[in-house]
Amino acid sequence: MSAIAPSRALWPATAQPTASIVPAATLEPVWVRTLLIGIALAFLTLFLFVPLMSVFAEALKKGWDAYVAAILEEDAIAAIKLTLLTAAISVPLNLAFGVAASWCIAKFDFRGKSILLTLIDLPFSVSPVISGLIFVLLFGAQGWFGEWLQEHNIKILFAVPGIVLATVFVTFPFVARELIPLMQSQGSEEEEAALVLGASGWKTFWHVTLPNIKWGLLYGVILCNARAMGEFGAVSVVSGHIRGQTNTIPLQVEILYNEYQFSAAFAVASLLALLALVTLALKTFIEWRLRDTHAQFQEQES
Amino acid sequence: MSAIVAIPAGNYRPTRVLPGFHLSLGFTLFYLCLIVLIPLSAVFINTFTMNWDGFVAAVTSDRVLASYKLTFGASLLAAALNVLFGGVVAWGLVRYELPGKKIIDALVDLPFALPTAVAGIALTALYSANGWIGQYLATVGIKVAFTPLGVIVALTFIGLPFVVRTVQPVLEDAERELEEAAASLGANHWQTFSKVIFPTVLPALLTGFALAFARATGEYGSVIFIAGNMPMVSEITPLFIVTKLEQYDYAGATAIAMVMLLVSFTMLLTINLLQAWSRKRGQVEKV
Repeated sequence: MSAIAPSRALWPATAQPTASIVPAATLEPVWVRTLLIGIALAFLTLFLFVPLMSVFAEALKKGWDAYVAAILEEDAIAAIKLTLLTAAISVPLNLAFGVAASWCIAKFDFRGKSILLTLIDLPFSVSPVISGLIFVLLFGAQGWFGEWLQEHNIKILFAVPGIVLATVFVTFPFVARELIPLMQSQGSEEEEAALVLGASGWKTFWHVTLPNIKWGLLYGVILCNARAMGEFGAVSVVSGHIRGQTNTIPLQVEILYNEYQFSAAFAVASLLALLALVTLALKTFIEWRLRDTHAQFQEQES
Repeated sequence: MSAIVAIPAGNYRPTRVLPGFHLSLGFTLFYLCLIVLIPLSAVFINTFTMNWDGFVAAVTSDRVLASYKLTFGASLLAAALNVLFGGVVAWGLVRYELPGKKIIDALVDLPFALPTAVAGIALTALYSANGWIGQYLATVGIKVAFTPLGVIVALTFIGLPFVVRTVQPVLEDAERELEEAAASLGANHWQTFSKVIFPTVLPALLTGFALAFARATGEYGSVIFIAGNMPMVSEITPLFIVTKLEQYDYAGATAIAMVMLLVSFTMLLTINLLQAWSRKRGQVEKV
C-alpha cells in the first residue's frame, strides 16, 4: 500500500527494544550529538512549536472576553454546527466503506486486489482544489447534472450536500487504510473457528472481528474526523462562502482573516488547533494500545 | 482442448469459508465508483471534449507557466529541506535520549492534524514584517511573508512529518551489529555513516522526499495566506485553478487540473516503486 498520508508502522515485524544499550564504538562524539540534537530541536521549534503557540497567543491577544465573544459570535456558531454536521455524515459513511473494503481485501483473495488498493488511496494524491473541482464539473451550472438539478430545484453546489460530498471524497481512504493492514496481519482463523462452531456471519463479525479491530477502527475514525473537520481547499471550492450557511470552521477562519479581524480569526482557529492536539493525543494513545494488541497476537501465534 | 484444463493456471481460488465476500466487495466497488472514480473521471472526460489547441493554450499561458515554476520549484526545495532536517529529527528521535521525547515524537504529526488554513494564518502572522520571527528577519532585509520564500516555508511545514515518519522505522529496525562490525573493522564514524547507515536509509529518504513533494505540489490552504498571491510572482498552480473557476472558466481550470493530476499519478507510481525498492532492500539486508 502506498503511503501518501501519515501512517506509522503500527505493527512492526520485530518488537522494538524500549531501551537499547548503545555500544560506545557506534556512539558519535559528544559534539556531534549535541550539534544534531540542536539542529533537530531548532528546526522543530521554528516550524512546529512556535506556529502552534502563536495560534493561541494571537487568539488571546485581546483578552479572554474577546476570545469567548469571537467564538460565540453568530456566524462562528453556524460554522461550528455545519462542521459538526459534515463530520457526522462523512465519517460514518467512510467507516462503513472502510469496514467493507478491509473485510473483502483482508479476508479473501481475488484478482485485481492491488489495483483496488491503489484506487482506494487515490484521493490522497489529488490536490484538495481538484477534489473540489470535480464536484463543480458534475453539479455546477455548466456541469454534467447542472441543468437537471436546476429543473428539479435541487442545490448541491454552494450548499451543504456539496460540502459533504467534497469532505467524503478527501477523507475517503482514512479508515480503510488503517483497517486493511491490521486485518491482514490478524488473519481469519478466529472467524473460521466461530463459523465452524455455528455462529452466523454477522455474529462472527460483531463478536470476533470487531473486538479485534476496535483500536484500529478508532484510529482511522479519529484521523478521518480530524481531516473532515479541518478540510479547507476542497470545501472552499464547493462552498460558495455564504456567511452563516455554507461556511465551515476553516472557511470562517479565512473570512475573518481576510476582513482583518485577526484576533477573531485566531480565536476560531484555536478551536481547530485544539482539535488537532486532541487528535494527536488520542492517536498516540491508540498507537500504544495497537502495539500491545499486536504483541499479544504474536505471542498467541508463537 | 481447453476442456481438459479444468482449472486454468493462475485462476486457483481456495474455498471461501467466510461469508460476505460478494456483499463487501460489491459495496466497496459501488462506493468507490460513486465517490471517487466517477467524479474524478469528470476531469478526464471534460478534457477530452476540449480541442487540442485550446488545451495547449490553457496549460501553457505565461501565467500558468510561472505558477508551475513556483509550485514545483518551491515543492522541490521544501522537500529537500525536509530530507535534510527531517533526517536529523528522525535520527535524534531514534538514537538519542531527549527530555520530553515522547511528546516531541507525537507533535511531529502536527502538520497532518492541524487544518491547513490554521497553519497558513499562523505562519503568516509569524513571518510578516511585525511577526515574532519576521521582525528579526526584516532587520537583515529578508522578507518571507508575501514572497515566494513564504511558499517554501509553508510547504516545508506541511511536508515535515513525511521524511521523519518514513526514515524513523527504518532506523529503528537497522541492525546496530553492522555498525559495530564496521567500527571494529576500523571504520571511523563518518565511514560507518556513509557506508553502512546511509545506504540503509536512502530508499526511505527518497520515499519521504517523494511523499513530501507530492503533497506540496497540491497544497492550497497553508500557502494562499502567506504567498501574497501575486500573478507571475507568488501564485501557485492550485490557486490559479481556483481563480479560473471563479471566472467561470471551467475548461481552463479543468485543463490545468488535468496537468496536475498527471503529475500526481506519476508521483504515486514513483512512490510505489520506491516503496517496493525499500522493502526489497530491507529484506535483502535481513537475510
